[in-house]
Amino acid sequence: MKEIRVGLGTCGISAGGEAVYKELEKEIKTKKLDVKLKETGCMGMCYEEVLVEVLDAGHSFLYSKMTADKVVRVVDEHLAAGKPVEEWLAAPAVEADSSPANDFMSGQQRIVLRNCGIIDPASIDEYIAHDGYKAIRQTISSRTPEEIIELFIKSGLRGRGGGGFPTGLKWKFARQAKGDKKYIICNADEGDPGAFMDRSILEGDPHAVLEGMMIGAYAIGAGEAYIYVRAEYPLAVKRLETAIKQCEDKGFLGKNIFASAINFKIKIKEGAGAFVCGEETALIASIEGKRGVPRIRPPFPANKGLWGKPTNINNVETFANIPWIVLNGAEAYAAYGTEKSKGTKVFALAGKIARSGLAEVPMGISINDIVFRIGGGIKDDRRFKAVQMGGPSGGCIPAHMGDLKIDYDEITRTGAIMGSGGLIVLDDSTCMVDLARFFLDFTQNESCGKCTFCRIGSKRMLEILERITLGEGKEGDIELLQDLGQKIKESSLCGLGQTAPNPVLTTIKYFREEYEAHIKEKRCPAHSCAALLTYRVVAEKCTGCTLCARKCPVDAISGEKKTLHVIDEEACIKCGLCFDACRFDAVEKI
Amino acid sequence: MAENNVATYQKEIKGFKIDLINKRAQEGALIPLLQSAQDSYGYIPEKAIHYISEVVGIPSAEIYGVITFYSQFRLKPLGKHVVRICEGTACHVNGAKKVRQVLQNELDISVGETSEDGLFTLQSVACLGCCSLAPVFMINEETYGNLTPKKTKEIVKKYIATARN
Ligand SMILES: Cc1cc2nc3c(=O)[nH]c(=O)nc-3n(C[C@H](O)[C@H](O)[C@H](O)COP(=O)(O)O)c2cc1C
Ligand code: FES
Repeated sequence: MKEIRVGLGTCGISAGGEAVYKELEKEIKTKKLDVKLKETGCMGMCYEEVLVEVLDAGHSFLYSKMTADKVVRVVDEHLAAGKPVEEWLAAPAVEADSSPANDFMSGQQRIVLRNCGIIDPASIDEYIAHDGYKAIRQTISSRTPEEIIELFIKSGLRGRGGGGFPTGLKWKFARQAKGDKKYIICNADEGDPGAFMDRSILEGDPHAVLEGMMIGAYAIGAGEAYIYVRAEYPLAVKRLETAIKQCEDKGFLGKNIFASAINFKIKIKEGAGAFVCGEETALIASIEGKRGVPRIRPPFPANKGLWGKPTNINNVETFANIPWIVLNGAEAYAAYGTEKSKGTKVFALAGKIARSGLAEVPMGISINDIVFRIGGGIKDDRRFKAVQMGGPSGGCIPAHMGDLKIDYDEITRTGAIMGSGGLIVLDDSTCMVDLARFFLDFTQNESCGKCTFCRIGSKRMLEILERITLGEGKEGDIELLQDLGQKIKESSLCGLGQTAPNPVLTTIKYFREEYEAHIKEKRCPAHSCAALLTYRVVAEKCTGCTLCARKCPVDAISGEKKTLHVIDEEACIKCGLCFDACRFDAVEKI
Repeated sequence: MAENNVATYQKEIKGFKIDLINKRAQEGALIPLLQSAQDSYGYIPEKAIHYISEVVGIPSAEIYGVITFYSQFRLKPLGKHVVRICEGTACHVNGAKKVRQVLQNELDISVGETSEDGLFTLQSVACLGCCSLAPVFMINEETYGNLTPKKTKEIVKKYIATARN
């Protein structure tokens, strides 16, 4: 029987996936076709959404950029008559359940995303059919907690939430901690704006995360767990609720799980919108119902965590790795990656990149490989300028360092951090000063206010950056930013403050001339800072075609047909539409 | 007295009532209760703060502190249509600012405000999780991506026309 999969993660839904699904459902029903229609999570090729995969005679046909209107033809020609609609395929047909034969997928190594886009996330049976819950059964029946901990130390797996702390070691500390009750927490707060891998994992393969948590709980001896999910992820919450319920019904969660003597339950806590709650001690405070303010460590959560009990916190992606490593062994995992960063990492590619989406690659791959080979280079043939890694805690790595191998230590050496895996690609139209201002605005807003340097220092830094982007920068501002940045790093309690200056410090380090152009020449080299640029019609070139006036969203351009057009500087919102539209290069930015 | 208040309150809101009874004994119930109150009312009215305070035994002032700490909670009602513009990194570098300007112009409100007729609220969020479609905004449950100022203007004008008729 043919099977059809429609990617209905948040990205697929936003691109109109539900309408496609409904249309398929209707067509299949009215034409009485013997086809199995199912929804899956995101397969990672977000740039091709809506994706519809048809499995037919052991082969997979992937239709991209589907719309409800295109459904009829696929149903009639492919499903009914057996003739694929070749021109709509995203890649040549391949054997079922192997990666699509395109550059985006072939450079990847999928461990974490092994099931995403393949199984129906709402079906526990499909997860089980893909080796699901085999690792936890093996763990309970034939391994001691110490052996499991040893396995993870050997695997070299490091926490994927940003810190990169070795997972096995963390479990060892929590195992050794004394306490009558222990907790395990899954950090699904995914606060980095521009990162969406944790969401995709939760939406596409929630059971893998639950199984990872079960194995972690067995290792440290926890009987209870929480998943702290970002409130903006309603679909992920729904998927988790379904998955937990299914596990309870099957006896995988609750009392005597998998017919053993072990009791284990998992609860969901929804976050309430505070970036700092991704920090582990703040997250614990938030679960306890308090303001999510970090506290001094030690004591570490391993010794004194939730309700004062030993607690182990890991990230979603960390947990999703766990079952695979148990089944395939530490060596198989450690075979990927570099000396100190083992395995694979999922990156969320976005920004000015041709193919945005999720890419899971072995550690040690170069930035250029990700941007050009997988990501297809820069959108609209512009020039690659930098990548931003690690979100508000990270930094910008310039294009000339594109050969850099991505691993925890190499990235840290640049002044950025690996972070959770958000990788925003920037082109020559991105102003680095403005980007630094953007991140500072974010962290300044999200600072919980506990530490003076973080609270006030970040505000002062933001003010200076705003001033510079408005063309009011002064001699000495750069040094002042560096000085403030250093002090904030040194005197903040938690990772938020300790890393908040990174976007500013790295852009100064690698793009100092851009800061100088703003300050000294009152010029924005990327032509992005609105206060520093004006749009003007070049009289000699204007043919009076009226196109710019028609494109202008605020009617700021006046002029009769075949006469010179004029832009009203007061009314202009500097959107650049006229600039893009003009066929005679008659609009200039100055 | 406390019981009395809770009783009147329970009469007012059904979903919330069940939550109050279910959650009162649990540890860490405050945030879920606030989320539940907001689900019922669309915002957290002052009286809800007092009732929750009685149930969980935390002073109102402290609850207020928790409410204002988290960006999810509102102390004022929302407009009938909620427009949420993404200001995450991917959207920012892809021109979210222009989209925001158009939205502010057309709706005649700033981010964080509700229009006088109570029809529209404009909010900004840090990443809607569909960065591949950047820049993105949502109106109610509907997501719009790959926006340009012009496309934004067309979409929002349609909503305004329908809402104000
Ligand atoms: C300000 C701040 C925000 C953080 N946000 C997240 C987050 O959204 N998700 C996450 O998994 N870890 C986040 N972390 C890291 C956590 O504190 C913690 O190290 C992590 O969840 C541990 O899991 P891991 O060892 O599996 O990486 C954040 C840290 C800081 C300082
Ligand atoms: S940055 Fe806008 S959706 Fe992620």
